Amino acid sequence: MSLWNKHAIFEKNSIVLLVGILLVVAIGGLVEIAPLFYLKSTIETVDGVRPYTPLELAGRNIYVREGCYLCHSQMIRSLRDEVERYGHYSLAAESKYDHPFQWGSKRTGPDLARVGGKYSDDWQRGHLNNPRSVVPGSVMPRYGFLADAKLDFKHIREDMSVLAIEGVPYTPEMVDKADADVKAQLNPDDAPSIIALVKRYPKAVAHLSLAGADGPTEQDALVAYLQMLGTTVDFKLFDDKANWR
Amino acid sequence: MQIGEMVGIVLSIVGALLAAFIASKAYTGPYAFHMIVFALAGLGSAAFIYKQYTIRPAVTPQEINGKPNYNYGPIKFSSVAAVIWGIAGFLVGLIIALELAFPDLSMGLPWINFGRLRPLHTSAVIFAFGGNVLLATSLYVVQRTCRARMAGALSPWFVVLGFNLFIVIAGTGYLLGITQSKEYAEPEWYADLWLTLVWVTYLLVFLATLWKRKEPHIYVANWFTLAFIVTIAMLHLGNNAAIPVSIFSPKSYIVWSGVQDAMFQWWYGHNAVGFFLTAGFLAIMYYFVPKRAERPVYSYRLSIIHFWALVFMYIWAGPHHLHYTALPDWAQTLGMTFSIMLWMPSWGGMINGLLTLAGAWDKLRTDPVLRMLVVSIAFYGMSTFEGPLMSIKVVNSLSHYTDWTIGHVHSGALGWVGFVSFGALYCLIPWVFNRRLYSLRLVNWHFWIATIGIVLYITAMWVSGILQGLMWRAYTSNGFLEYSFIESVEAMFPFYVIRAAGGGLFLVGALIMAFNFYKTIASPEEAEAPEVTPALAPAE
Repeated sequence: MSLWNKHAIFEKNSIVLLVGILLVVAIGGLVEIAPLFYLKSTIETVDGVRPYTPLELAGRNIYVREGCYLCHSQMIRSLRDEVERYGHYSLAAESKYDHPFQWGSKRTGPDLARVGGKYSDDWQRGHLNNPRSVVPGSVMPRYGFLADAKLDFKHIREDMSVLAIEGVPYTPEMVDKADADVKAQLNPDDAPSIIALVKRYPKAVAHLSLAGADGPTEQDALVAYLQMLGTTVDFKLFDDKANWR
Repeated sequence: MQIGEMVGIVLSIVGALLAAFIASKAYTGPYAFHMIVFALAGLGSAAFIYKQYTIRPAVTPQEINGKPNYNYGPIKFSSVAAVIWGIAGFLVGLIIALELAFPDLSMGLPWINFGRLRPLHTSAVIFAFGGNVLLATSLYVVQRTCRARMAGALSPWFVVLGFNLFIVIAGTGYLLGITQSKEYAEPEWYADLWLTLVWVTYLLVFLATLWKRKEPHIYVANWFTLAFIVTIAMLHLGNNAAIPVSIFSPKSYIVWSGVQDAMFQWWYGHNAVGFFLTAGFLAIMYYFVPKRAERPVYSYRLSIIHFWALVFMYIWAGPHHLHYTALPDWAQTLGMTFSIMLWMPSWGGMINGLLTLAGAWDKLRTDPVLRMLVVSIAFYGMSTFEGPLMSIKVVNSLSHYTDWTIGHVHSGALGWVGFVSFGALYCLIPWVFNRRLYSLRLVNWHFWIATIGIVLYITAMWVSGILQGLMWRAYTSNGFLEYSFIESVEAMFPFYVIRAAGGGLFLVGALIMAFNFYKTIASPEEAEAPEVTPALAPAE
């Protein structure tokens, strides 16, 4: 009986109640979140993982803007059918430069963690313009307007500088060359620029822009992003025990 | 003029000028538009404060004839806003449900594509509808149970108007493509900062009203409200930590990345459910159910146990959104374990709510408002059983990424949050406007139409979700995956149509409610008997 009366201290003093609540709700988060910043399995380094090229970053921002993550996950779970359908299960390292993460929570459409290179650029463009032209049963909206929208990358260097502050290894050189790298990645004929781009961003692939003189479109950037998803890690060489303790 | 009023006018004008300056240099059109909205809001706020100054009495009496002089103005605003936002949110939900069945409905227009409307739907129903219900009820309940006038004069108005300005910024932002892609926390950095300001003021108004109380004990509903306000503040700050690209850009980058960001997101996301949609609405249950049933809360001790257990355990449950992902296994298991344990405090709340009707069950036949409140508790019990079930890893391997999750969310959102909100509004709006509710028969229609809608919705999503999950993992006898992904999409069509029909019925119910409130408020007659102060035992 006396124990129940003790609760009166919370009921008679709003600040005691407030502090009590704060203490009680802080514990779970601290236990579950704090270790993720130093456990080896969550801060693993895996060969091949690299920051996005400026064009891919711009494309990723369009992916975020249009809410693609609401229907497409980017997280292959370690389950037999998922690995067979989509490829190797996703590693923590593969999204380490994703501010914010795009794992998603719903698959109205398929997982996109390893969609890069599965289809041609032409297929991706046709599919974005009218998904039902290539997949008749699709319920995806049309994104044809992206092909008409000019890509705004005036400020992409500022974006990269902010990401560098947050820990993405963008060097001052990468930031300086951002505008040139956007153009190079959309001009497969410009070999010297592409060699320089690939040196900065290994395995980066150039995509032919259809936009001509008007400059790149938002669709160009989005296709560059989609085509690199899951392509950086070579799973033939990947050592899944390297990050064991 | 008081100092507070002068400071308010100066801050409003300075804020308006700052917003106008940012608008002139904004990187994008939508951001300039938002800054112009802020600038206009600043000017409107200065005008509002001046108007209040001219019409207010020199000293606002704390009591009139020995009774507290309750402040209902901001509550009236929030309760009407809740009805309007609710209808908007349900309508957008119906549109996106139809877009999934008939994808060319959006005609390729960026602003009404599924990807932009879905955050509009979730924010409109959770924050605009639910948030205004919580503001209205919490500010009402804290005054009545403390027998004291709400603290502050301008600050409660700042809370309700500022919160609704946040809603306008968030909602228009989604349509224009401004989002940071964190589910249920999509608004960008400047909207987040604004909400922080509003939320801290809300906490202070609430606390200061508690300090004015004439009752020695703080009533149980207010414990839940306090937990809701404080925890949402913590989650908001943790999950939205971001660096803007520039003060002239709407874009920011979250400081967390990858697996850490995923954990932060679902620490936030699951507790937006736990504290916004549960603790806040349990506070409603603890006031409106006993009040409407005219019975005391069933058990004081149970309310203590389930309160502390609920606020402690909910925070741990987030990792069940990340089963079999790159999140470490121990964190997943911890999340699952706490999710299962959470079943008990959840049902503690359900039992305490339902048994409050002991001796008054007959009222369910005659009072459709009470029936709505009680059925909401039943739905709460159902979805808090389903949740722990789905958090079990093996079950989750089937249910995750499918429509089952959507169905689960809606049995909680439509059945629990929706019905308890409707029930509370049917009580609250007549009380604060001092009118008789226009029609109980219309409440009855609302109840049945919405109930049929919910049943259609959740059964359709159970079938489609489990079907999807089974198709994805089906193997042929030769050991190959049996279905392509698109076959699972095509199989969803009939269920998407049934779901849209269910959502449509729910919307029709809300329209009936809005008509009922319109007739109630527009009625020239005041309520016959002045309302009696509730006979609630604050503690034992």
